[in-house]
Amino acid sequence: MNIHHAIAAAALALGPGIAAAQTDPLDSPRWGDMKKEFLPAAARVVFDERVRVIAPLTAENALNVPVSVDASALPDVKEVLVFADFNPIARIVRFEPGGAQPGLGFRIKLQQSSPVRAAARTGDGSWHVGGTWVNTTGGGCTLPSTGSASPEWQKRLGEVSSRVWPKKEGGERIRLRVIHPEDTGLAAGIPAFYIQQLDLADAAGKPLMHIEGFEPLAENPVFTIDIPATRAASGYRVNGRDNNGNAITATIEK
Amino acid sequence: MSAPARALIALFALGWALLLAAADMDYGLAPEKIADDTWVLTGRSEDFSFANGGNIVNTAFIVTEAGVLVIDSGPSRAYGEQLRRAIARITRQPVVRVINTHHHPDHFLGNQAFAPDTLAALPGTIHGIHTEGGSFNDNMYRLTGDWMAGTEPVAPIHPLSAGPLELGGHQFELIALEGHTGADLAILDRSTGVLFAGDLVFHDRAPTTPHARLPAWQASLDTLEALPFRHIVPGHGPVAKDAGPIRQTRAWLVWLDHTLRQAADEGLDMTEALALPLPAGFRKMAVADAEYRRSVGQLYPAFEQQALGSGKARE
Repeated sequence: MNIHHAIAAAALALGPGIAAAQTDPLDSPRWGDMKKEFLPAAARVVFDERVRVIAPLTAENALNVPVSVDASALPDVKEVLVFADFNPIARIVRFEPGGAQPGLGFRIKLQQSSPVRAAARTGDGSWHVGGTWVNTTGGGCTLPSTGSASPEWQKRLGEVSSRVWPKKEGGERIRLRVIHPEDTGLAAGIPAFYIQQLDLADAAGKPLMHIEGFEPLAENPVFTIDIPATRAASGYRVNGRDNNGNAITATIEK
Repeated sequence: MSAPARALIALFALGWALLLAAADMDYGLAPEKIADDTWVLTGRSEDFSFANGGNIVNTAFIVTEAGVLVIDSGPSRAYGEQLRRAIARITRQPVVRVINTHHHPDHFLGNQAFAPDTLAALPGTIHGIHTEGGSFNDNMYRLTGDWMAGTEPVAPIHPLSAGPLELGGHQFELIALEGHTGADLAILDRSTGVLFAGDLVFHDRAPTTPHARLPAWQASLDTLEALPFRHIVPGHGPVAKDAGPIRQTRAWLVWLDHTLRQAADEGLDMTEALALPLPAGFRKMAVADAEYRRSVGQLYPAFEQQALGSGKARE
């Protein structure tokens, strides 16, 4: 057996979608640093197309770049970390899909063109990494939020609007928006001010999704969360807080 | 050869290179006569780029016995200067009025080339240039590079109001509308039947929506369609002799409004709204895909907000 056959055999053994050679498919010089910084040194890390990151190839507005992560093709996803290699603050969001589908829609600020990646940890302890390049003229992280310049947001800080939709294929979709300036701390004179934690549970209090937010989430963030039919509930609750300890609490009714 | 001599030659070569580069910054403006006394400079149906230098816009001028009226000054100082020279090749009449139809950069960043006392616009446009002109200008440098050399935003000093305007025998009607921006001026020359629609009307080029309010824009199109015009000069795209460009712009706006509202109401994430297909009928419009993507980014958050507002969440 020559070396190529060996690699092909190894790839087959690892399962579908897993690249045999573990070179970065996005060819980013920052990948090594990202791996070292965010993933445990001893962990098995593979690039895996089953972790889908959907974002526009060209983002017109660097302050509000839509991103959807979908790891539902992977079994037993415990947590997902989303990061952008070239952002001054690389970490964007981390989530644990307790009972929700292992995916999340959100929007981010990008400082320059960058890979946007999601690393999903499965029950066996391995990390599966997917991602896509997003091109942008940039500047999204060092600009002040609209909210920081307006007295209005203080009255509405932490306000949640939301809605629940039944999904054709079963289950439900929840979309929710939180009023928050999400300042990165990189604009002169404006300290970091962002949502650190959001927990979605059903009406009985059983957890569905734990979200840990970081500075690059976009202002007034909007989240899209899908709930499988088995966990659809009569109502839902959101609890969270920002880095200044302000509480975020809402009941989501249908 | 000594080091200083080499440096001198290098400097000399660099100087020549810069001169040649500057000479390349030629928009090749070619005014086309579309009616008596009336000339239009049609830009490319493209996005801003280093190749086109921002010349994606239509500008126009009317030569009257009391001087020249210019409608929009183009995307840069260089464009404004070349527009002046193009006018001077056609008439000895001086430019007495330059009107900016609205505050978007490709319509006013050539103002520097004209005497400050000639510049005029609706009050909302003047305000827009004061508040957003600087960031537009910065953005144009990023998008088109050297073409912008020396360009700075200049806001008109003369506020215009709706109504008739007589100039050198031409009876103009100034029509103050809104929807593409907060202040959109259309100008009907009753003497020639030419309607200068500004960016309320696009033709075979998808409309841009950074400041759009779609219902107001559609109402403005109804106003324009009712006017007695024989030629229509859109803000972008070829001149036409019928209401085709108005209807095409309306069809796009109606579709955009309906599609994004429905997407938000069905709970689509923004990435899913971006992936929706464009109707085949819009394929002939230039940059349709890119403008749709931009419009989703600009308009979808408000539709989402509306859709979420009709759900229930309480403290």
